[in-house]
Amino acid sequence: MEQENQKIINEVTSGKYKYGFVTGIETETVPKGLNEQIIRSISSKKNEPEFLLNFRLKSYRKWLSMKEPRWAKLEYPEINYQDIIYYAAPKKKQNDKSIDNIDPELKATFDKLGISLEEQKRLAGVAVDAVFDSVSVATTYQKTLENLGIVFCSFSEAVQKHPDLIEKYLGTVVPYDDNFFSALNSAVFSDGSFCYIPKKVRCPIELSTYFRINAAGTGQFERTLIIADEGAYVSYMEGCTAPMRDENQLHAAVVEIIALKDAEVKYSTVQNWYPGDREGRGGIYNFVTKRGICKGANSKISWTQVETGSAITWKYPSCILYGDNSNAEFYSVALTNNYQQADTGTKMIHIGKNTGSTIISKGISAGNSNNSYRGLVKMTKNATNSRNYSQCDSLLMGDKCGAHTFPYIKVENTSAIVEHEATTSKISDDQLFYCQQRGISRENAVELIVNGYAKDVLNKLPMEFAVEARKLLSISLEGNIG
Amino acid sequence: MLSIKNLYVSINGKEILKDLNLEVKAGEIHAIMGPNGTGKSTLASVIAGRENYEVVSGTIIYNGMDLLRLPAEQRAREGVFLGFQYPVEIPGVSITNFIRTAINEQRKYKGLDPMPAQEFIAKMEEVKKMLNIQFNLANRSVNEGFSGGEKKKNEIFQMAMLNPKLAILDETDSGLDIDALKIVANGINQIKTDENAFIIITHYQRLLEYIIPDFVHILFDGKIVKSGGKELAIELEEKGYDWIKHET
Ligand SMILES: Nc1ncnc2c1ncn2[C@@H]1O[C@H](COP(=O)(O)OP(=O)(O)OP(=O)(O)O)[C@@H](O)[C@H]1O
Ligand SMILES: [Mg+2]
Repeated sequence: MEQENQKIINEVTSGKYKYGFVTGIETETVPKGLNEQIIRSISSKKNEPEFLLNFRLKSYRKWLSMKEPRWAKLEYPEINYQDIIYYAAPKKKQNDKSIDNIDPELKATFDKLGISLEEQKRLAGVAVDAVFDSVSVATTYQKTLENLGIVFCSFSEAVQKHPDLIEKYLGTVVPYDDNFFSALNSAVFSDGSFCYIPKKVRCPIELSTYFRINAAGTGQFERTLIIADEGAYVSYMEGCTAPMRDENQLHAAVVEIIALKDAEVKYSTVQNWYPGDREGRGGIYNFVTKRGICKGANSKISWTQVETGSAITWKYPSCILYGDNSNAEFYSVALTNNYQQADTGTKMIHIGKNTGSTIISKGISAGNSNNSYRGLVKMTKNATNSRNYSQCDSLLMGDKCGAHTFPYIKVENTSAIVEHEATTSKISDDQLFYCQQRGISRENAVELIVNGYAKDVLNKLPMEFAVEARKLLSISLEGNIG
Repeated sequence: MLSIKNLYVSINGKEILKDLNLEVKAGEIHAIMGPNGTGKSTLASVIAGRENYEVVSGTIIYNGMDLLRLPAEQRAREGVFLGFQYPVEIPGVSITNFIRTAINEQRKYKGLDPMPAQEFIAKMEEVKKMLNIQFNLANRSVNEGFSGGEKKKNEIFQMAMLNPKLAILDETDSGLDIDALKIVANGINQIKTDENAFIIITHYQRLLEYIIPDFVHILFDGKIVKSGGKELAIELEEKGYDWIKHET
């Protein structure tokens, strides 16, 4: 029985990465390595205003004095930052943003990923800002958004068209010197997305960005900035899958969200970068800094993430609840398999009065993987009558994996209430047999149970994303994927 | 339909079923009674294909197939249904989704396309009506937070949805109030045809007032020690198991 179980677990946890392939699109790069010259060269290639170059240089100089953090429960070899190419752009200039004029090879890449733009276009209500490597190449629904005064474009484009907004908000939520990886990003970020929703505007469609890593040895340093002005609403989705690679690829993105008075931002991610092979070779190193600020009163930010990819994930989407009565949510499913390592969680910093935050974290560990939840809930002196509820569950598959929970709670205001619950469970033989007795194969039973376990989080995703996320969870656990 | 011959089953080295024999034909209802711990659930589990039992010797032939060679899911797809004595909770999985997955896997096995959503919903409604089941099944997770009686009704509901050839109901009547008991009994009577068969494991004669069994067997210490018609159940109720102990 034990043996049989082990066999099944091995089978379901041995799914080969489905999205591994390399496309042959030519890219324009800067030489390997990092120095001020490289940074100036990136900035001038992108025709950036002086404040931005200065921001980059300031960040770079700070970064030089910083140490790579090693406090997370992650093990990985030393990263040689001089061995990374810090900028790559598709060679062909994409002046025409129409979806029909996209490089056919690029289009084929998206087709292989099962999220062809053709299909996306038809998927009513989804505007797609496709980021291929570092430069945005396709944007849809631009007109609809423009009419409402919504700005949704690549970061580079925003730098040219809305430098005032960039200057005003960039680095205000994640300061350039926040941490080692955010400083690196601030120095060398290549592109990303920018979104501004004007006062009282409710963005009528889900905004979506697909990130891809595709050029060999190219570090990815995406920069995203989302601003919801007073009374605005936006739901933003970001998802990614990456080609199979042998060498490790570093990814250090920064996402900043600003929600002004009465504004609401929903940010959803499905992350499926190449996790490495079954022996733990290769895979993406994902060191991300995501933070939002509920700046105005009654504002709201929610982070929803489904993390199945990357060899290493270091990611803590956080919220600063600055405005009174503001609200923040963090819903997360993190699945690790084989030799993947994830150290992920959130920080909720309550500053305003009557602020509320909710944390629902569902970890799933299989194979030899390690999955840690690390969360900080801080109630500052002024956070009168504020509340947090945290629930951190772990599901273990097999006995070679690990799940860990590190909740940090700091309460400086006696009227604040912090609740924390944690559970660890396994899929029981009784559950599997019950499913099998109804004719459901063991493999599908595991899928059903895992999806049920993650349901509270999956339900928070926009519909079309939820479907993709369910598929991802089962692909990440399934065996024999051809 | 089902032919069990000289079945010996152990668990963790402990002998539980000893030389058990049972013949079930299509169109028949068999009731199995017997004191606690005599192996009734063990028998049900072995027929359904639960793995931690060791079949030491004996055979189970089901519609010409050597049942013991098939994995549990295949037995289910061939029409074997077990109504569990203790149905397990599956958090986050709605009953609708669960039954639909089951039906579609069974259909796939038979080479059929998945049941269209419309048809599935219609079938759910039809079965609910047939069973006169009130509680809102669709949105709730499988057995999660169900009362004892609701769990049992859910088993009957699944049975009706899946339309098995051989249904084994392990104490589905235990812990039911009189109305629920009628629902369960009525469900069985509705589903029963000349083509299917039931094995009903029960401690109480009262269920057999609503369902007329063709045979009543008494399982005692791992083997069937007495078989008869429905009058055997009445006799048992009057005299208790001591009577059996003295007889054997
Ligand atoms: N995993 C196990 N390890 C050891 N003994 C077991 C195990 N499972 C069942 N048994 C034993 O096997 C015997 C038969 O159990 P079974 O559940 O088949 O009885 P039953 O006739 O269904 O009883 P009840 O009327 O109480 O439901 C019992 O003595 C029980 O303790
Ligand atoms: Mg029993």
